Amino acid sequence: MLKYIGKRLLYMVLTLWVIVTVTFFLMRAAPGSPFSGEKELPPAIQANLEAYYGLDKSLFMQYVDYLISVVKWDFGPSLKYKGQSVNDLISEGFPVSFALGMEAIFLALALGVLLGAVAALRHNKWQDYTAMIIAVLGISVPSFIMASGLQYVLAIKWSVLPVARWESFAHTILPALALASTPMAFIARLTRSSMLEVIGNDYIKTAKSKGLNSTEITVRHTIRNAMMPVVSYMGPLISAILTGSFVIEKIFGIPGLGMHFVTSITNRDYSVIMGVTVFFSVLLLVSILLVDIAYSLIDPRIKLADKKGE
Amino acid sequence: MQQQKIPKELFEQVGGNTTDSEKISRPSISFWKDVWMRFKKNKLAMTGVVLLVILAIMSLVGPHLTPYNYYENDLMSANQPPSGEHWFGTDELGRDVFTRIWNGAQISLFIGIAAALIDLAIGVIWGGLSGYIGGRTDEYMMRFADILWAIPYLLMVILLMVVFEPGLGTMIAAMTITGWINMARIVRGQVLQLKSQEYVMAAQTLGANTSRIMAKHLIPNTMGPILITMTLTVPNAIFTEAFLSYLGLGVPQPLASWGTMASDGVAALQYYPWRLFFPALFISLTIFAFNVIGDGLRDALDPRLRK
Repeated sequence: MLKYIGKRLLYMVLTLWVIVTVTFFLMRAAPGSPFSGEKELPPAIQANLEAYYGLDKSLFMQYVDYLISVVKWDFGPSLKYKGQSVNDLISEGFPVSFALGMEAIFLALALGVLLGAVAALRHNKWQDYTAMIIAVLGISVPSFIMASGLQYVLAIKWSVLPVARWESFAHTILPALALASTPMAFIARLTRSSMLEVIGNDYIKTAKSKGLNSTEITVRHTIRNAMMPVVSYMGPLISAILTGSFVIEKIFGIPGLGMHFVTSITNRDYSVIMGVTVFFSVLLLVSILLVDIAYSLIDPRIKLADKKGE
Repeated sequence: MQQQKIPKELFEQVGGNTTDSEKISRPSISFWKDVWMRFKKNKLAMTGVVLLVILAIMSLVGPHLTPYNYYENDLMSANQPPSGEHWFGTDELGRDVFTRIWNGAQISLFIGIAAALIDLAIGVIWGGLSGYIGGRTDEYMMRFADILWAIPYLLMVILLMVVFEPGLGTMIAAMTITGWINMARIVRGQVLQLKSQEYVMAAQTLGANTSRIMAKHLIPNTMGPILITMTLTVPNAIFTEAFLSYLGLGVPQPLASWGTMASDGVAALQYYPWRLFFPALFISLTIFAFNVIGDGLRDALDPRLRK
């Protein structure tokens, strides 16, 4: 187990190094200097600016500097917001994104498992078809369209919920719902198919013949055993929520990290793009590792070992 | 006791007719015919096929059904609702949405299919070689793939789109740069299973070289999973195109892609909702069609579900 985790950590560091390197050189290859938007600067000021941002050194030295600062978890100053560092942006935006993401993950899991379970228990009845139509809709509609649709109907036409901004709990419902829609649909389908498989097993028959009532069978035997594929979906779920947050936060005007990222793309604020990319990558890689470890703890049939030669 | 003699005519030969018993009562069907028969029974998947055929035909015919083209502005008739003149209304520059939708269909379908084909080519070669050669080579090739695999897909696509000039080619390249790994892994897994089969050994004994064994024996037998992966790559690419367009990293104007039309539609939603409705409808229909076809194929190819 420890050996496995160590190996995984090693690969994680390697992957991160690749990501940092690729982002660094891509951003340096990007057209235009960060200061090109402003008026013609006197050469002395230009030189001063470049010295301040370390741009007067050779490309390789800049790269080494960047690697060192990433290890120190310091992503440097933002190029467009004067006086604000990328770390400030992250520590400001991330808590908001985290709250939204957690709410969306909760919604996706709760609604997805519920829909899937209902569909499996009422297999080939109208409940099954309704649940699967909802799931197909969730998979087929891109999240930004879902978000705009929800906003248009619930907030603009019916005025039930606030249109945008991030103030009260009511403000969080629409964005969380829009963010959760696609993963929810995937979870519903996973739950349904894995429950259908479990229902056919002998131990469910045994439980029935022991005289357990159907609620108890469903809760204690069927759902519990059908959850494994859903747990293994947690990694993709987290990454879907994370990338989904870019557009959702922009649509609803939520001051999270996703919105900062999108703004920095439009502004070509390279140091923010780089810093946030590295931050998101660390977040994703760590959470996927945690999910894998959790998976092995829940399911005793899975041994964390080298998957070589499977 | 009187013994009765049974006349010879009453005897009849039973069985022994070898020609009839060896006859095959049903026409023999190949694996793919069998798959197709099961696929046909899946109504949802067939709906997807019909939808796709209609979409493909309309993407070629649609732009010619109207007197308009996708790039010409007509500011006098901007933002009109759907009418007899403009079936799907017009956008903020007075361009006919119906025409643009079908031009957009060409672009979106092209992106999806091109991405799937490139993934296929790289993935099959990489995964096939890695699985077939095995040993140290396999180890290195797969470790390389693992590291690329761990890079968050959309983040990398966004980064590439920021740096390079926006356009169709860049978009497809950005999508495939890490997109092929999924295909490579699936092909490798299949090849690992298949390469120890007797027919591969027979081919090796007969002196077939690696490329022949790969092309004639291994790849054809992994066609099923490859096909499923491809049908699920296409909607993913269309989805990504829409997502990138929303971030302002889509194909440049005046090209009409569904993603750019939808993201313009989002901006105009409050006053001109039909401008979001039509691109949203067609993006969703296409993703739906590919998804149900992929599901249908998976069910049809699954031997456990065979009756």
